[in-house]
Amino acid sequence: MAMTLRDIINKLLRRQPASASTARERLQLVLAHDRSDLSTELLDQMRREILEVVAKYVEIDVDEGAVSLETEDRMTALVANLPIKRTMTGQIKLKEHKDQSEENSQETEGKDQNY
Amino acid sequence: MATDTRVILICSGKGGVGKTTLTANLGISLARQGLTTAVLDADFGLRNLDLLLGLENRIVYTAQEVLEEECRLDQALVKHKQESNLSLLPAGNPRMLDWLKPDDMKRIVDMLKEHFNYVLIDCPAGVEDGFKNAMSASQEAIVVTNPEVSAVRDADRVIGLLNTNAIKPVQLVLNRVRPKMMANQEMLSIDDVTDILALPLLGLVLEDEQVIVSTNRGEPLTLNSVNSPAAKCYLNIAKRLQGENIPLIDPAEESSGLGAKFRRLMQTKIF
Repeated sequence: MAMTLRDIINKLLRRQPASASTARERLQLVLAHDRSDLSTELLDQMRREILEVVAKYVEIDVDEGAVSLETEDRMTALVANLPIKRTMTGQIKLKEHKDQSEENSQETEGKDQNY
Repeated sequence: MATDTRVILICSGKGGVGKTTLTANLGISLARQGLTTAVLDADFGLRNLDLLLGLENRIVYTAQEVLEEECRLDQALVKHKQESNLSLLPAGNPRMLDWLKPDDMKRIVDMLKEHFNYVLIDCPAGVEDGFKNAMSASQEAIVVTNPEVSAVRDADRVIGLLNTNAIKPVQLVLNRVRPKMMANQEMLSIDDVTDILALPLLGLVLEDEQVIVSTNRGEPLTLNSVNSPAAKCYLNIAKRLQGENIPLIDPAEESSGLGAKFRRLMQTKIF
C-alpha cells in the first residue's frame, strides 16, 4: 500500500490517517466482496478449511490467521495471511510427523557409522 | 441521414452524481461542434433532462407516443432554442415502465440513429430494468462517478454489467472533484478511482457552484458560462469524445500558492 509523507507524519504523531486512504482501503475490501459472489459465510467456511489444511503441516496461530479477498485492476485475489509460530531458535515449528522424525534419526545414525 | 452514429449510455448506478447534468452539457458541447445530437431521457420514472435544458414547457409528445405510433419522431423531438443541432426526446409517462422492454428502447434509438451523429442516453439510477432497457440500446458508455465511496462502489456494479453486455468502450468521468480536499488527502484521488475501477478516464469535472445556478435557469453551463471551471471540463470531455487530444486538468494546479506547494509535498508517495 502506497504511503505518502502525510500518512507517515500522521502515523508518527499517532493521529488518524487522512480519510482518503481509509476510503481506499474500505472500498477495495467491499469491492472484492461485491465482485465475487462469495457470501461471507462461504468465505468464512473456506477460511476455516484452509487453516485446517495448513495446520496439518505447520503450527499456525489460528486466531491470527486471516483469509481475505483483495482486488486490483478488476482482478480479485484470495490472500491468506497465516502467521507461523516459531520455535525458540527461530526455526519454523513443523508439526511432528512420527514417520518423518524416525527417518531423520535413521539417516543421522547412518552418517555416524560412516565416520 | 447520418451514418456511424455513436450511441452513448450515460450511467452511474448511484443517483445524484451528475448524469443528467453531464448529458445536457455534452449535448450542448457536441452540438456546438456542429454535430447533430439527440439526447434521450431514459429515466421514465424521474425525468429531469427537459428541466436542465430549459425545454420543459415545449414538450408536446414523448417517447411514449412515438412508440405507440400516435405521432412521428420529428413531432416528439424538441429542438433546443439556441443550439439547433441539439434535440431532446422526452421521457414518457412513468406508467410506461410497466410495459417498456429492451426492444422498445432499441426501436427508439434506431429511429434516432437515422438523423443524428450522436445519441446520448440519460440512464436512470439503479441497476434494474430501467438501466437494462437503456443499456440494451447502447453501443458505448460513459460512467459518471464522484470521488466518494458509495458512488465508486455503485459505479463498479454498473461497470460489471456493462462488461458482461459487451458495451465498449466504457469510459469514466469523475465528477465533483474538489482539488483542495484531494490535496489534503481527504478525498479519493483521481488515481485511486481510476485504479479501483480500471477504466480509462475521459475527463474530470471540477466542483462548481455555477452548476446549480445553471440548473436554476435551465441553461447548461456550456451554453453561456463557458469560462466557469465545470464548463471548461465539459467542453474538454466533448472534444476528447471527438478524438481530440486534450490534456487532463491537474487538480493540484488548480490550487496555487505556498499552501498548495506544501500540500503537494505532503502528497509525495514515499513507498
